[in-house]
Amino acid sequence: MKELDPMVFLAVFQEMLGPMLWVMLPAAALAVLAFVALLVREGGIVSRRLVRAELLGLLGGGVALVIMAKVSSSGFTDAGGPADWFLIALVYGVGLVATTVLTYAVMGWLSGKPRTARA
Amino acid sequence: MKPSNPATTPTDVVRRRFLAGLGALPLAGAAGGALTASRAHAASQLKTQAKIVIAGGGAAGLTAASRLAAALDGATITVIDGRKEHWYQPGFTLVASGIKPREYVVSGTGDYVPPGVEWVTDTVAEIDPEGNKVVTTGGRNLPYDFLIVATGLELNYGGIEGMDTARIGQNGMGSIYHSPAGAAATWAAMSAFADKGGIGLFGRPAGEMKCAGAPLKYTFITDDHLRRRNNRGKAELIYMAQSKSLFGVPIVAEKVRMLFQDRGVKVNHEHVLQSIDLGRRIATYRTPTGTAEQGYDFINVVPPMRAPEVVRNSPLPWTEGPFAADGWMEVDRDTLRHKRFPNVFGVGDIAGVPKGKTAASVKWQVPVAVDHLVAEIAGKTSDEVYNGYTSCPLITRLGQAMLIEFDYKDNLIMSFPGVIAPLEELWISWVMKTMALKPTYLSMLRGRA
Repeated sequence: MKELDPMVFLAVFQEMLGPMLWVMLPAAALAVLAFVALLVREGGIVSRRLVRAELLGLLGGGVALVIMAKVSSSGFTDAGGPADWFLIALVYGVGLVATTVLTYAVMGWLSGKPRTARA
Repeated sequence: MKPSNPATTPTDVVRRRFLAGLGALPLAGAAGGALTASRAHAASQLKTQAKIVIAGGGAAGLTAASRLAAALDGATITVIDGRKEHWYQPGFTLVASGIKPREYVVSGTGDYVPPGVEWVTDTVAEIDPEGNKVVTTGGRNLPYDFLIVATGLELNYGGIEGMDTARIGQNGMGSIYHSPAGAAATWAAMSAFADKGGIGLFGRPAGEMKCAGAPLKYTFITDDHLRRRNNRGKAELIYMAQSKSLFGVPIVAEKVRMLFQDRGVKVNHEHVLQSIDLGRRIATYRTPTGTAEQGYDFINVVPPMRAPEVVRNSPLPWTEGPFAADGWMEVDRDTLRHKRFPNVFGVGDIAGVPKGKTAASVKWQVPVAVDHLVAEIAGKTSDEVYNGYTSCPLITRLGQAMLIEFDYKDNLIMSFPGVIAPLEELWISWVMKTMALKPTYLSMLRGRA
């Protein structure tokens, strides 16, 4: 009985995001899938494209922090201890990785012809 | 019925607490664990013809209804509550702080009444635990096999001479607890005070109350609004503590004392608001040495609280001890079962147990009471125990809070050991309060958290 139930997390996020959850979850899954499919098609990472995607990712991390500040009626300037810096890093990191993955996948699939991983 | 518990090692407990903590939710997570309704459902429902009446459809009543509906098949479950609006009370402070609009805390009771549960939109007029029945104001007789009393409590504004709830928000008088509209009106009054300064009075009543941290929070929030408008120097803030302590948990009281000192909040101990002159803006306090008058430019009135009349006039309250005078229900503090009427349970604010009257208390009380009730229907016994867990994200300024969790024994409990220190002012705790608590609360009402 005293065990963590993933359904609790799902329930809480459902209350938090409403129908948005059912848009965001498949969207995230789709982005990851597109990214992985691209890796398979090209046989690895295309470094040049990754660097470009990461540049946008840096911006994505910032956007994630701004969204976080907005929805929590506060900002990272309110940080008061290590746990706060951890949260800030986490939010920034999630924004960065998500934007990078998405950008990389979009750039890859839009560019048409597959590149080799060494290009 | 709940599945049997595998043996638990201390390491498991720590890990689970931490994992639960990742959900950012003292309400959802740690310090005890709870059977979710969905799990109960998955573990197959218990067939029964039992008649269960739930008196009160607030946080505790609705949570109990959801959990019982999920656990039982064939039971007649009736919730009695005349109020169509459901109020998310943990959000009142945020409304009174200008952070959230009034609508943030208002929804509909009907949104949370689970299918198969009858909702009687009437008030409870009489509870007869000897005759095993409840009578509504409309004259309806509801016999029961089991009764869950979740009536909440009564804000006894009449206990303060001169107080008029119709004037909340006027002439520098606020009162957050009153209602969503009262909280919004209090924000208008406090904001006007923060624009010009003066004397601000805070405090709490003697006796048991909802969320004893809320009056402290509001003092800190007012201080912050004054500072943000560069008017702190024009204001004097005084906290009138009802006892010699600022909070029931000694280690927290000491921390608050230090913070008040840091923020320049003056403290007067053993001052209980007795009467108020709303026109002349004078509050009169009862002290050990007589009465003391204090003029104000802003005051947050926190009324004395007691059991609703219908419970006070029933055989359910304590007949002796600290909970007798205000009519709190005589329940066993471990199981929430009534000490004299074993088929009656008391959960939420009405329960005559030490410590929290909070949503977090509800979160941990209801699963225990429901488990004992369901076990009895099944002819078994339950070993579930409520340890007094409650939590209070104590806001110390806009953007920061201390995540304080404790139990009957004044032990601090940590949902996030090693990550979130309970007595540290943190943004992450504020983020939980503003983002995660309401979704967790709503999940709780639906029996899903």
